[in-house]
Amino acid sequence: MKLESIGRILLGMGTGAVFGFLLHKGRATEHEAISGQLLAKDASVVKIMTTASAVGALGVRVLEEFGLAEAKIKPLNVGGVLLGGTLFGAGMAVLGYCPGTNMAALGSGHRDAAVGAAGMFAGALAFVKAFPYIKPWIEKGNLGKRTMPELTKTSPWLWVAGISAATAALAAFLEDRDS
Amino acid sequence: MNILRKKAWSPYWVGAAIGVLETAAMLTAKKPLGITSAFEDTAAIMAEKLLPKAMDVEEYTRKRGDAPKIDWEVGLVGGVLAGSLLSARLSGESKPPAVQKIWREEVGPSRALRFAAAFAGGALMMFGARMAKGCTSGHGISGTMQFAASSWLFDPIIFASGAAVSRALFKVKK
Repeated sequence: MKLESIGRILLGMGTGAVFGFLLHKGRATEHEAISGQLLAKDASVVKIMTTASAVGALGVRVLEEFGLAEAKIKPLNVGGVLLGGTLFGAGMAVLGYCPGTNMAALGSGHRDAAVGAAGMFAGALAFVKAFPYIKPWIEKGNLGKRTMPELTKTSPWLWVAGISAATAALAAFLEDRDS
Repeated sequence: MNILRKKAWSPYWVGAAIGVLETAAMLTAKKPLGITSAFEDTAAIMAEKLLPKAMDVEEYTRKRGDAPKIDWEVGLVGGVLAGSLLSARLSGESKPPAVQKIWREEVGPSRALRFAAAFAGGALMMFGARMAKGCTSGHGISGTMQFAASSWLFDPIIFASGAAVSRALFKVKK
């Protein structure tokens, strides 16, 4: 077991506190948010995710341009992402929260999120036990740490502009539809 | 009215603020937001302390290639809980019901059933997240904003799978 410095753990807690505060203010802690999104009745989760991705894309792109941060890309394991994503979606639909919003829902007093957190821990234990056996499936079709700009041989700035435009267009559509 | 005491903010402002928070995290911690790897690492450490043989943690660590750690992300998960608690307190919220409205209306009022489903759903979701190496935060926002191909594949899959299960569960008519 490795233990990071107390300073870094406190920095994580501070960052997490802001994240949890925001998730609660965005009402993503309510069961209606995730379930409503999956049933296409409430778009607030997609509004939060797309706006966060667009603003973060610009922020992180600028940091990288000035050498202040390095990209942290997860490997494109086709097997792991397909299988894992399918299980994840199914579990999220039944739980009614995603991992982050479950922890935020627990903070705001939802009792089912306390059970959800226990389930999440059990799932993590099961994964630790299963990992040596399922590692070959997870790494099936491992294409490495790829990014969309790399795969399409285009400038990342084009993608920053694209995600901003797409987010704005989606927001305009949703506001127009719901007004 | 104090803005911090408001019950809800616009999802666009919340999203924009999370985007700024992601940027701040990349600048200060050199890591983007993510929730589930902290669960995997904590579970591995607990398993190693309590049931090292039965859980075969040695083999897990060897196949994984590095040791599990208590780090920035573990702090992050604890912080999320505290931040949401603070927001709920400031907006003076009453204790939410054990079974939320949509579940009570569509599935039933049973607490036992709701809690059993939450446990099973949480376990399945976490197992899937660790197979894919990320969740709605780690892939959905952090990976999406960095244009990671893995995340751009993960996003549509979770929404398709989730929508299919939600529709079956809540018996939605077309």
